Formats: sequence, C-alpha cells, structure tokens
Amino acid sequence: MTHTDLSHPELADVEVHGMTRSSFILKGALATGAVYGASAVAPFVSSALAASTDVDILNFALTLEYLETNFYQVKGKAVHLSGEAKALATSFGDEEAQHVAALTGAIKKSGGKPVKMPQFAFPVTNQASFLKLAYTLENVGVGAYNGAGPSLTSKALLAAAGSIVQVEARHAASIAFLTGAKITPNGAFDKALTTKQVLAAAGPLIKS
Amino acid sequence: MTDHPDSADEAAPIGVVERLARDDVERKRFLKMAGKRMGAGAAATGLAAFIAACGSSSKSSTASSAQAAAPGTTSSSATSSSATSSATAAASSGDLAIVNYALTLEYLETQFYEKVIASGLFKGSVLSVLKTFGAEEGEHVVALHKVAMSLGKPAASPKGKFPIKSASQVATLAATVENLGAAAYLGQAPLIKSAEILAAALSIHSIEARHAATLNLLTKKSPTPNGAFAEPATMAQVLAAVKPFIA
Repeated sequence: MTHTDLSHPELADVEVHGMTRSSFILKGALATGAVYGASAVAPFVSSALAASTDVDILNFALTLEYLETNFYQVKGKAVHLSGEAKALATSFGDEEAQHVAALTGAIKKSGGKPVKMPQFAFPVTNQASFLKLAYTLENVGVGAYNGAGPSLTSKALLAAAGSIVQVEARHAASIAFLTGAKITPNGAFDKALTTKQVLAAAGPLIKS
Repeated sequence: MTDHPDSADEAAPIGVVERLARDDVERKRFLKMAGKRMGAGAAATGLAAFIAACGSSSKSSTASSAQAAAPGTTSSSATSSSATSSATAAASSGDLAIVNYALTLEYLETQFYEKVIASGLFKGSVLSVLKTFGAEEGEHVVALHKVAMSLGKPAASPKGKFPIKSASQVATLAATVENLGAAAYLGQAPLIKSAEILAAALSIHSIEARHAATLNLLTKKSPTPNGAFAEPATMAQVLAAVKPFIA
C-alpha cells in the first residue's frame, strides 16, 4: 500500500483527531510539568530521540513503564487511594512492573543496556488528580507503543509490544470507565504518537 | 478489581450486571472456546516467553512471534472462503487476506451492535456506550473496506446471526466478541507486511482493547483477563469462534 492510499478521509481523520488530542495532552502535561521547571530528562531524551534501533525503542518504552509503575506503586500509595481506584491502581501497578521486567529482559537479550529508573515527580495530591493523570499516562502509553510499533524490525518484539499496548489500552479504558472520561478519546482510531510528542508529555514528570 | 461501582448504577435499567456472573448457554460455549484458545496459546505467553522471544536475535526472531498466528493464516484460507477468497499469489496477498479477515470481523461486530441497540434491552449510559462502540466498529468497516479496495477485492459482508436474549447474555457476548477482536488483531500484527497497514491495524487494535476492557468491567470481569500481557489468537481460532454467528 502506498502512502497516497492512506489519504482516505477516514484515515486522514485519524491524523486530525490524533494531533488535536496530542496537543491537548501535551498542553496538560506541560502545564503540570511546569511546576517543576526544567527537568533533567537527559537519558530519556537521548533514548527518545535516538529511537531508531529496536533497543532504543525498548529503552524508550522501558522509561515509560518505569514511570507508570512508579506512579501507581509509589504515588498511588502516597495519595491514599480507596475503593475501586485503589484496586485498579494495585492491579495496574503490578502489570506495569511486569512490563518493566519484560522490557529489561528483552533489552539485555538483545545485547543492549537497559536504562536506569529515573526519579519522578507527579503533580498529584488526591484521588481525583491521580486518576486524571493516570488516564493521561495510559493514553500516552498507548500512543507511544502504537507509534513505535511499525519501527520495530523484530517481529517478535512487535508481537511483545502489541501484547503490552493492548494492556495499556485496557488500563486507559478502565480508568475512563471509572471516572467518566472518554473511553475512546481518539474516536475509532487510536493515534500513534511520535517520540517527541511522548517526550513532551512525559518529560516534565521526570526529575532526573 | 473486577467489580465496579458505576456498573451497579447501570443495573437499574438493565438489571443485568448482577446476573452476568451467572451462566447462559452462549457464555459457557464461549468460555469453552476461550479456554481452548488459552490452553493452546499458554506456552507462548507470559514473561518467560516474552523474554525468550525477544532473545532470539533480530534475524531469527520472527519465528517465535509468528508461531501463534502463522498456522491460522494457512488453515483459515482453507476453512474460511469469505475472509480469504480474494487472496492471490501477489506480493500483497498476505496483507489483503489479513485486511479482509479484519473487515469480516468488523462487519460482524457492527451488525451485532446494530441488533443489540435495536433490541431495546439497554438504556441510559450503557446504551450510549454500546452506540459509541457500534459506531466505531462501523468506522473500522469503512476504513478497512477502502484499504482492501486499494489492495484488491474486499471481502463481502457476512450475514451475521446473534442470539439476543437478555441484557446480561448480550453484555457477556459483547465482551467476548471484543476480547476476541483484540486478540485477533494482536495475532495478525506481526504478519502484516506494509508499515501503513500495520499502523492502521495497531490504531484499531487498541480500540478493540478499550471496548473489551469496558465490557469486561460492565460484566464484572477483570479488564485485563490475561494479566500484564494480552494473548493473541490465530485466524483459525478466531474464525472457529465466530462461525456460530455467521448465517
């Protein structure tokens, strides 16, 4: 299929939708990140912008999974979640941690060096703001994997990334279901985010 | 984890959610099929398999991931004329067969939601969710049909037949259908040759996943029934599972 084949109205809409949405996400994340000023995101930036090899892509994904794991497991505890939010955060934190372990293993097996877990700062003070950021992070995760998927040269890694992105999408929908946010914020087609877009969204949450 | 406060609110109009845990014929049948699927796929899933697959180096790594889906691709071309009949020996025939397979599933999902919405079994916010999901499946049909046209001959719309008995039975069936759809896309992703078609498939795959998770929560099931790593389904597995719903 050639590039022009993708200029169907439907698929063009995907782009329009996605850009609108990512602008929205970026705006929100940058606003929250601004609280912390310029973050030291050097390792994340380098892995993102160098994301050309499979190992680069995996390291980029690993940083996001570290971020999600830390968010659920540490921040989730700090804001004293209750009820269904607590149950979801516990379960999702465990699943994100498994993604961290899997990606770390995959990077090593591919002969690469896994990035270290950065320090994070989440501008979240209560259950409502926690769930709001959780929703944003999961949607960024979906966009990040969808964006990186076609760049993976290994089909095994693509299959693995697919099995992870499906779980990220399920997390995002679950949080939406819980909070009343949009279950499908991009409509019928999820947006693929570029590394730069992901960086802009997640970077401000990384302290070092 | 599997229960949900809002679903209780929805129980009023549909009276459904509490009863969903209880069985009905369709659900049992599906669970049986799902069980077979998971049994077959179990060896290829989970963290250990993930790492093993990733470790098989960049050159030979296609084998392990394609393992689950490749057999289905082959056998389905024999078993499902509707989804794969237009496949040819041309270079893009693999992608066309995959797109037509996805198109067939999206046709069925769209017809299913149309029947569900018309049934009058659902009201309020649950009905609104079902309408949204149905409309999104309809958009998938339109998009995939155009992609199939660009590659060759699109699959014809199958004639679906769905048991519409009660709200609980329908909600459970919807969850099953969406989980199957997500697994179907996941199974095909590594087999798609065109980067553009892969990107389109991924953008649909995560929508099916969002639908599946929502319906799982509505029916008091875990939104992540396979845990941290979603399991793929082969074309043969999926076509066998949807066969009862094709007239």
